[in-house]
Amino acid sequence: MSVLGANFRRDLEIRRYPLLVYVLVPLAAVVLQAWLPRVLGPYAWFDLPLVVTVYFALGRRSPIQGTLMGATMGIFEDALSQHAIGVNGIAKTIVGFLAASVGVRIDVENHTIRLILNFLLSLLSSAIVVFVYRILLGLELEWRWFTELYKAIGNSIIAMVLFPLLDRLQIRD
Amino acid sequence: MEPFFIRYRNFLVLLAILVAQIVGLAVQVHRTDSGRTTLDPQDGPSVRLIRLWAEGMVSPPERLIHAVKLGGENLWQGYIDLHNVHQQNLDLQKTIDRLHLEQALLMEDAKQGQRLQALLDFQQKYIYKTMTAQAIGSSGSDQSHVFYLDKGSAEGLERDMAVITADGIVGKVRTVFPHTAQVLAINDQTSGAGVILETTRIRGILRGNAAGQPQIVGLMADQRIQAGEKVLTAGGDQIFPRGLPVGVVDKVVRDPERDSFVDVIIKPAAHLDRLDEVLVITSTQPRFSPEMAQDLATSEALKGVEAASIQEQQKASQIRAERLPGLTDPNAPAPNQVANPAAGQANAAATPAVPAQPSAPKLLPAQHPDRFSPGAAPQAPSKSTLDTRPLKKGDATTPAGTGGKTALKTGPRSGPLAMPREITPRETVSREPLPRRNP
Repeated sequence: MSVLGANFRRDLEIRRYPLLVYVLVPLAAVVLQAWLPRVLGPYAWFDLPLVVTVYFALGRRSPIQGTLMGATMGIFEDALSQHAIGVNGIAKTIVGFLAASVGVRIDVENHTIRLILNFLLSLLSSAIVVFVYRILLGLELEWRWFTELYKAIGNSIIAMVLFPLLDRLQIRD
Repeated sequence: MEPFFIRYRNFLVLLAILVAQIVGLAVQVHRTDSGRTTLDPQDGPSVRLIRLWAEGMVSPPERLIHAVKLGGENLWQGYIDLHNVHQQNLDLQKTIDRLHLEQALLMEDAKQGQRLQALLDFQQKYIYKTMTAQAIGSSGSDQSHVFYLDKGSAEGLERDMAVITADGIVGKVRTVFPHTAQVLAINDQTSGAGVILETTRIRGILRGNAAGQPQIVGLMADQRIQAGEKVLTAGGDQIFPRGLPVGVVDKVVRDPERDSFVDVIIKPAAHLDRLDEVLVITSTQPRFSPEMAQDLATSEALKGVEAASIQEQQKASQIRAERLPGLTDPNAPAPNQVANPAAGQANAAATPAVPAQPSAPKLLPAQHPDRFSPGAAPQAPSKSTLDTRPLKKGDATTPAGTGGKTALKTGPRSGPLAMPREITPRETVSREPLPRRNP
């Protein structure tokens, strides 16, 4: 694991992808997130939009792009639920920003770092959702911490498999 | 000022997007009179527009995936996996026959109930019209138990219509789009349905918990509530018709916030996690639908045919009994009275059209007297007509004209030879006590 200083980040490669990848991969993540729980039932312990947000934020290394990507994915998720629009949007906006900010400082090619990052950011996203619901909005929301823990573990495992596959889609000079 | 914006542009963009979303959230909630904050039950125009866009982008791929899945299942189940289909068909046909009779009995109860309700100026609403729809997607969040149907306002769906399956209630339509609809399931935390426990008649409000289980909240602790008790819709919420199955009581847990209250966890009757096809109740009326009325008429007709058939068989048995005086012990009681007098009375009450068996049948003069006929001299039988086979134990004679379809059952051996009595399979079915719905 190589933790790098600010001088080194200019040397890091900024990943570029075809435009279709930017459109189809997030869309596929949202569609599968909406469809797979019907197949897996209560065992759908993952958040594909979050994983995709983290991936593009880490790869692009641009906090603004990470922020926009996270906000878009979160609002999409909120729009498909009956909850207020903006709850997941806020959570994923912050996650996208943080992931991109971390991406310019450390080597995100390392699988262990990817796994840990996904785990921590998933927990952070869940915590923000609960905070917004219960503190910011004052709404009643029951939640189970171990479900969020399972979800964070699921996201980490999916990221381990998905990130190398998505790496193949990038444009190489 | 330019260097400030350039230097902190990342934070400024983040801040701007966060502030915009927080303002958007503030628009969507409001404070009630009791001081609680709630979401607006109905989306505003801008929120609805965002939902419409999201649904419009996600719905077509979901439909495609669902169509491929359905096609594969149909191919497998309709053309490949046909093992035991014939036997299943036969079993289902038997079930239909039995249900027709059962339905006819229930219809009498229903008619009586309608008359009583009319007297009390209370009209029960029956499911008049339903629409079949496919569940094509969900919200994707474990804290939001909503799913999407492949039909919308263009097909006649409206907000707050009840969604059910053959097993039980599922939820209600929350938002309607042109060709899809969002359904709020009964296990969501924001849902609500009026329910009643079947035997204890305790009423309550059903909503979901964090684990995605439906529960009746805010009930006073009551020892009578036991696991396994059925839960039905109460009909007071103006969404679900009364009497639909909801599920059974799974367990009773203490309310974490109030000591003397309990929450009753329900095991839902419908498989809420894996829904494919559902029924949307598009209309309820205080009378039966034409299809239901037609089914009931068929049941009534079938019931009449059954009764006539049983009556004919009884008459034939009686005639045969009268023509075989030597085989009947005039002093013996009727077979059904010996076996079970109570059951005999119940059967007689259940089939009033069937004439009662005389206890001492009238003896007619024998057409061909033999040595067993009273007062007749024994005659040598003709060799051509006499069956010289020895009579074995358990031998039974199949009456002519039955084609071997009827089974012959011997009665109690109270006399030298008991009176044979025929019971067809249909008669056996009709004499079984049918389960009746509790009032």
